[in-house]
Formats: sequence, structure tokens, C-alpha cells
Amino acid sequence: MPKQEEVKYTKTHEWIFVQGQEATVGLSDHAQHEMGDIVFVELPKPAQAVEKEKPCAVVESVKSAFDIYAPVSGQISALNEEAAKEPALINQSPMDKAWLFKITLSNPDQVKDLMDWNAYQDFVKQATH
Amino acid sequence: MTTVAAVRKTVLNETMRKAGGKMVDFHGWELPIQFEGILKEHAAVRNSAGIFDVSHMGQILVTGPDSFKLLQKTNANDLRKATVGKGVYSHLLNEKGGLVDDIIAFCLALNRYLVIVNATTSTKDFNWISGKAGKSNVKVENKSDDYSMVAVQGPNVPKMMEIFAPEAVKLPRFGIVEKKIFGEDCFISRTGYTGEDGFEITAPHSVIVDIWNKMMELGKPYNIVPCGLGARDTLRLESGYLLYGADVDDDHTTYESNYGWVVCLDKGDFTAKNILIKQKTEGITRKLTGLTLKGGGVPRTGCKIFKSGKELGELASATYSPTLKKGIGVGYLSEPNLKPGEALEVEIHGKMVPAEVSKVPFHKGTAFTFKL
Repeated sequence: MPKQEEVKYTKTHEWIFVQGQEATVGLSDHAQHEMGDIVFVELPKPAQAVEKEKPCAVVESVKSAFDIYAPVSGQISALNEEAAKEPALINQSPMDKAWLFKITLSNPDQVKDLMDWNAYQDFVKQATH
Repeated sequence: MTTVAAVRKTVLNETMRKAGGKMVDFHGWELPIQFEGILKEHAAVRNSAGIFDVSHMGQILVTGPDSFKLLQKTNANDLRKATVGKGVYSHLLNEKGGLVDDIIAFCLALNRYLVIVNATTSTKDFNWISGKAGKSNVKVENKSDDYSMVAVQGPNVPKMMEIFAPEAVKLPRFGIVEKKIFGEDCFISRTGYTGEDGFEITAPHSVIVDIWNKMMELGKPYNIVPCGLGARDTLRLESGYLLYGADVDDDHTTYESNYGWVVCLDKGDFTAKNILIKQKTEGITRKLTGLTLKGGGVPRTGCKIFKSGKELGELASATYSPTLKKGIGVGYLSEPNLKPGEALEVEIHGKMVPAEVSKVPFHKGTAFTFKL
């Protein structure tokens, strides 16, 4: 799985790692840390069509619910059932074991709009100060 | 022009920060929502030991020849149960039978009572009780600004306390003892808001940091952890304890909150007694009812509750229960006679999730099975 620096980020705290026509999506390490103990995950439906910046999954911690937005448009091609079965994995391994779903991209150009690691770091700093 | 009220800090604020507390504004008080994590803190209290800064809680001192009479008149519970060295959990009632607050009244000595009240209501409670004093021979003092408070909770806490204050370990549930700690007059009571055995220490500000540090040191063999408001809420909700402002308020009565055991109708006159008698004989139209989710998801305050498609109310408090590993909650339902096991649905993120009526408490910790 990718390093933090190799993926792109959204303002809604998803990470996305693109390989060819397929992208893997998860929750950023910053977001899992802010949320605290994650206890429930609702993944998208298999083969569901998703639209950029529209909610398609929910992650819940003891204290709060957090919508997961599709970073790009496309169709769900894989789901990480392990993360759904054991939501604490998202706290332990948000970039690796606890990826959430994969999308077959319908418009690969959308990836360009997303933040790289440095831009995301700046964004998080601004948001928290 | 707007003015922003300054957030109040407890004396333990720096101690909380240094211990890794994630600070939040809790009704005007800056307090830790969590340290390492709610699940870890919750488990520590259920299985061993945890410590909380509850300095935001209020203290009202009621003294004088008419102190018993005043408290007996303003409370639903019978203050005769609060013999010297003992406290009683009670509801302070308004004229409609609604709750001014839920409190613990301790009898420290004859004609001397310490009333522990909620943070957000301490001024309201003080005004209410003093207002009821009239010309009687009683002194009501709001001491909330003079005291800090820590709660040390969990099945291993008595073992720690054995070294620090052996007299406290002899206390029954709701017992209280006055003790000099680090040279100051403090109170130790066998009470708490977690459902586990444990103690609450009420102390002047000057010694509270020393008390906290001493508890952390004595708790080391039991892996004591500092706990935040997050764990405090999951622990109290599993135990079926009410949260003032969420589960009860001025507009809900003791019977409606399903705390009928607090009401002592045979103790003589008290505020709103006639209304409570009427509710007891004629029945109530809504009741705070527990439910457990059968499906996945986390229920939250405000989620609507249905029975066979008919809306019955909404959740007043709800959470993921770390002990039961499923969603739990309480809400006022317009059908007050539902039995545990009856099917309900809770609307979460627009979806109907199956649930069932549950007995409250959802979980009984060592405070419920306590024996001296």
C-alpha cells in the first residue's frame, strides 16, 4: 500500500491512490485521529455508481458520524469487508489494512483537482488553527 | 455587539492537558473529551480503575435547624434516608413536577447538608432552594466556586483507597466521610456516575492537583487511566443514569423519566406532590424507555423511534455501548407501557434500523452488585 506522500487528498479527508483506471479510497490518518475510536462502517453497495463529492459511505466513532465522499466519479469495483467487520482497523491502519473501497474511474481528469500531501498538510493546519 | 462568555477552566486544566486530554467546551467549561481513547478509558473503569476531573459539578451547603425541612419539601426522595454520613439520590422538583435538577443530598451532621448538583444548573438550583427557604431558619450557600472534585471509579479503586483513606473503604454506597487531605477539609463519598464501585473526592482548589497525582500514583498497580467526558457518557448511559438537560429537564417529571423509585409519596408534603400522585394513579402519557439496536450503526440523540411504522418519539441520549458492543439509547416514547423485547425501529441516516425495547440499566457494574 502507498505512503502518505504518494496519494492525493480531498478537503473532506479521504485519501485516494490511483493505479491506471482504478483508485483505492480510505480515510486520512488525520481524520481517524480526530474522530477517535471508530466502531461502525457502512460501505457503498457493490458496483454502486458514485459521484465526485457526493457521500457514499459512513464511518462512525463513539462520539460522531462522518460521511465519506467519493473523491472522484465512477463505479465501485471492490469493498474492504475486513474494515466493515473490524472498524478499529481504521484507527490502527488507515492507509493500509483499512482502505475502504475501490472505484473504476469514469473521469480520470478529476484526480488533478485533488491535493497532494503538502497541500493537504497545509489545509489541515489552516482548518485546525 | 456580541459578547462571548469566557470558557471556565478547572484547577486541573493544566494537569489534564499534560496528561494528553483533548479539551472541548462542555457547556462553558473546558474539559477533556478523551485522553487516549473512549474505548480504552471505558474498559479501564469497567475492569480496573479510571479517574475523572468533575470539578465543574456544583456544591450547595444547606445548614441550620430547618435544613432538613427545606430539603424534604423541595425533593421527591425522602431525606430521612440521608442519615448522618449518608446521601440520597433525589430529584429537585418544580411546581409542575418537572426536574429543577437531579442531585445527591448528603447529611454531614445534624442540620448540615451538602448537596451535589449539576454544573449547568448550580445557580438555578441555588436560587430555587433559597427561594423556597422563605423565613425559615436555614442558611443556603452556593459553594460551587470553592470546590474542585475528582471521581475515581472502577472495581480496583477500593484497593487503592485502602492506603489513602481506609475509613472511606468502610463506607456503604452513598456514604460520605469528612477527612483532612493535605491539610484541607475534604469529603470522600462512595458515589459515581459510571455504574462501578468508586469514590468522589470533593476538595478545596488548593489540594486537588495533589489529590489527582496521589490517585494516579496509587492507581499505578491497577493501570489507572485518566478519563474524559466521552467515557463518562458511555459509562453512565450503560448504567441508566440520567443526564440533566438531555434525558430530564424542567418539563419532564420523575415518573416520566422512569425513576419512580425516587418518589416517596409517604413522607409528608413536598413540591408538586399532588401532580405526582395524579400521574401515579392515572398513568403517564410518555416514558423514558431504553432500546438496543439489533442492526448495525450508532444511534444518536434526536434519531426518531418507530413501532410498526408509527413514530413514538426520539432518542434523548444514545451511543455505541462499548460493553455490549451495540447501539443503545433512551428516549421518551408516547406508548409508556412497552415491554422489554418489543420490536422498534430507529431512523439512522434516513434508514430504519431494527431495535428492541430494553431494560434499563443496560449493564450492571459493581455499583449495582455492591456489598460491604
